[in-house]
Amino acid sequence: MEFLFSQFLTGLASASSLFLVASGLSIIFGVSRIVNFAHGSLYMLGAYIAYSLVEHSGLGGGNFWIALPVAALGVALLGLLLEVTLLRKIYHAPELLQLLATFGVVLVVQDAVLMIWGPEDLLGPRAPGLAGAVRLFHQAIPQYDLFLISLGPVVLALLWLLFHRTHWGTLVRAATHDRDMVAALGVNQASLFTGVFTLGALLAGLGGALQLPRGAVSHAMDLQIIVEVFVVVVIGGLGNVFGAFLAAIIIGELNAFGILVFPQMTLVLTFLAMAVILVVRPWGLRGKPQSLAHGAAVAGGRVLRRLPPAAGKAFLLVAVLLLALPWLGSGYALNVATEMAIYALFAASLHLLSGIGGMVSFGHAAYFGLGSYGAALAAKSLGLPMELALLAGPLTGALGALVYGWFCVRLSGVYLSMLTLAFAQITYAVAFQWSSLTGGDNGILGVWPSHWASGPVAFYYLTLVVCGGSILILRHIVFSPFGYTLRACRDSEIRADAIGIDARHHRWLAFILCGFFAGLAGGLFAFFKGSVFPDSASIGTSVDGLVMVLLGGIQTLTGPVVGAVIYTALRIFVSTYTDYWRAVIGVVIILLVVAFPQGIVAWTADRFQAWRAIRPAVKTKEKAA
Amino acid sequence: MLAVKSLCGYYGQAQILNDVSLDAMQGEVVALIGRNGAGKSTTLKAVIGLEARRKGSVIFDGCEVIGKPTHEIVRMGLGYVPEERRIFSDLTVEENLAVGRRPPRPYTPQWTPETLYALFPNLAEARKRPGGRMSGGEQQMLTIARSLMGNPMMLMLDEPSEGLSPKIVEQMASAILRMKAEGLGIVVCEQNLHFAKLISDRAYIIEKGEIRYGGTMAELAADDEVRNTYLAV
Repeated sequence: MEFLFSQFLTGLASASSLFLVASGLSIIFGVSRIVNFAHGSLYMLGAYIAYSLVEHSGLGGGNFWIALPVAALGVALLGLLLEVTLLRKIYHAPELLQLLATFGVVLVVQDAVLMIWGPEDLLGPRAPGLAGAVRLFHQAIPQYDLFLISLGPVVLALLWLLFHRTHWGTLVRAATHDRDMVAALGVNQASLFTGVFTLGALLAGLGGALQLPRGAVSHAMDLQIIVEVFVVVVIGGLGNVFGAFLAAIIIGELNAFGILVFPQMTLVLTFLAMAVILVVRPWGLRGKPQSLAHGAAVAGGRVLRRLPPAAGKAFLLVAVLLLALPWLGSGYALNVATEMAIYALFAASLHLLSGIGGMVSFGHAAYFGLGSYGAALAAKSLGLPMELALLAGPLTGALGALVYGWFCVRLSGVYLSMLTLAFAQITYAVAFQWSSLTGGDNGILGVWPSHWASGPVAFYYLTLVVCGGSILILRHIVFSPFGYTLRACRDSEIRADAIGIDARHHRWLAFILCGFFAGLAGGLFAFFKGSVFPDSASIGTSVDGLVMVLLGGIQTLTGPVVGAVIYTALRIFVSTYTDYWRAVIGVVIILLVVAFPQGIVAWTADRFQAWRAIRPAVKTKEKAA
Repeated sequence: MLAVKSLCGYYGQAQILNDVSLDAMQGEVVALIGRNGAGKSTTLKAVIGLEARRKGSVIFDGCEVIGKPTHEIVRMGLGYVPEERRIFSDLTVEENLAVGRRPPRPYTPQWTPETLYALFPNLAEARKRPGGRMSGGEQQMLTIARSLMGNPMMLMLDEPSEGLSPKIVEQMASAILRMKAEGLGIVVCEQNLHFAKLISDRAYIIEKGEIRYGGTMAELAADDEVRNTYLAV
């Protein structure tokens, strides 16, 4: 009993710091509608800056208590810079591109931290004055935990006062509800947004600095916390600070007690809780239904069209070049091209789900990973030949999508995206923790193709045929009645409903289909690499997919393929030149979002059309002359 | 005070407004009358810089405002009350008013929550109530009062009589006349000719995004032909 009590307090202590970070994210989302992926990076910076202040300031004894506010203010300042230099330029870009840009920031900060503080985990000092423990019910409770536990409600109360007792707070609440109307009353949105973002960054930095006495500071902190914080914010209801507080307690306690019951499965527990809560309350505990339509997040007013016949010739040329590649390029080029083809299929399947179906998946790696493991296990554990094992890939992918999709199609907008992320994390956790089946961190090795396909040329052709064929099938689906139905549901669920379309049913089908093709790509990847690791189901892989789709442009069919090719090439190219390839890619992503908010292919198509529009005018002028 | 010249407005590729020109002075009520979809709301939105893309010229208080962001135009003293009212439903009546608050400017009517509660007595009884829990008529009053908190020189009202009961419509008309008496210039979009007649000094008729008629309200009321051509349903 006493032990459970102390465990309960531990849960509350972690809930407090979780709440600090989550409330910041929630406030930012409420006003700017930006899902700030970089929030975890701000948290991590808070911890690192506090560490440096404590270790190198030479202030002596109580300097942690000085470092704490200074680090938080430093992060707030960085947040301010970030808002003014980057976010302000992309408030009118589609929601997803904003997300992508903030992910670019994540990559840059990761490498910056690596550069400044090095790769080792850093251990901070205990909090001066609170290093001891208090005995409560015969259990030693760290004083610092008690401090954290009391800090959570204090911050909640301060935020409440700020939002309900100051004019600025009233403006923020009004903007959370309807920001354009706030502008129509003469309020400068830009400075309001800057203020809100700075406040959110301050809370994230404070949360990070507070972690210093509790454990090591590491460069994995950012993604680790951001996933938990997403869960908290979504369970609590986006934009609702009190909801974030409740949800932080739920998650904190779930972690504290979950570790006693299922030590291997804490991650899974967290995400299952989220899935259950979201299915029962699709807007979170304290949230409100979003007014945002499905399509608004992705479409940006563009209509998907078939390409003109002239493009067919261009495609034929590309196809011939691809078939001739073994004679044109080296083995290395073949290797790269194989990888590109696999990612192109992965991106195309994500595009069908997100671009056509309007269901933006943050967790498409789940199906890629399931496919990889499905194929690898079929080959290694069941001893099936490659031809059959390759079939197991898409089947496991589709099966996963069948289950996950059933939950996801009940939600929409950002909530749906978060749930897909949650399922991908469950998949990742299972792959990571179920060592007896998946080999855990060590992965599954020795997944080799059949003899006939083992050479690079043969495997290249196999991949080219399978991926090229699948992409053509996906294209066919987009222009089939099923594709039109999906787009109708994306653009207006109510109108689709009114003409007798069961949107949920069609979306579920789309999920299964996309899971199938992502699984196929995953299966090929397993045989291509000869091994499978949990990485294939990680957030990184999911985001890679999103970057590819968005780089190319979500409202074109060639977009995801071009995006996959460019992104893969960029990654391979940059990583041969520098260890800090993440930062380079991050910067490239940010610049691309700022320069081409509609994606590269859409941008090119627009330029081409503009050029065509001018040309006939020139011709008629010539005739007249 | 407000002079709109050759204003064109677009939603995406579609051109909604074609060469709209109109003007309004301080202390007068100007009605913009037209059927559903004629371009009344779009005209106001284009003037204030919300949603619609625009071209042409809008001179307010001697300054060109095309190209300025919405909040700056509002700060110059041009208020805007949207058709959908757009009350902040979680905020109380008092807080809704507080969002609209701007410093007073010389030579323009000044408003405080107290003078607004006198203008709209229904609001006085509901100061602490969330905006979302007000009736349609009360929300209409609140949205006007909220814009008046900015102490504008001129106010643009988008269909203030829409969906209100006849009794509330009368209250609304008398409130608008009192605002005019304070020296405020008012541009009001209307479909309801009866309501427009009650409050307006001059009127424009808009159809398919173009101004088809401009004159005094009395002339319009007397001209059966114009009324039948553009306004009869």
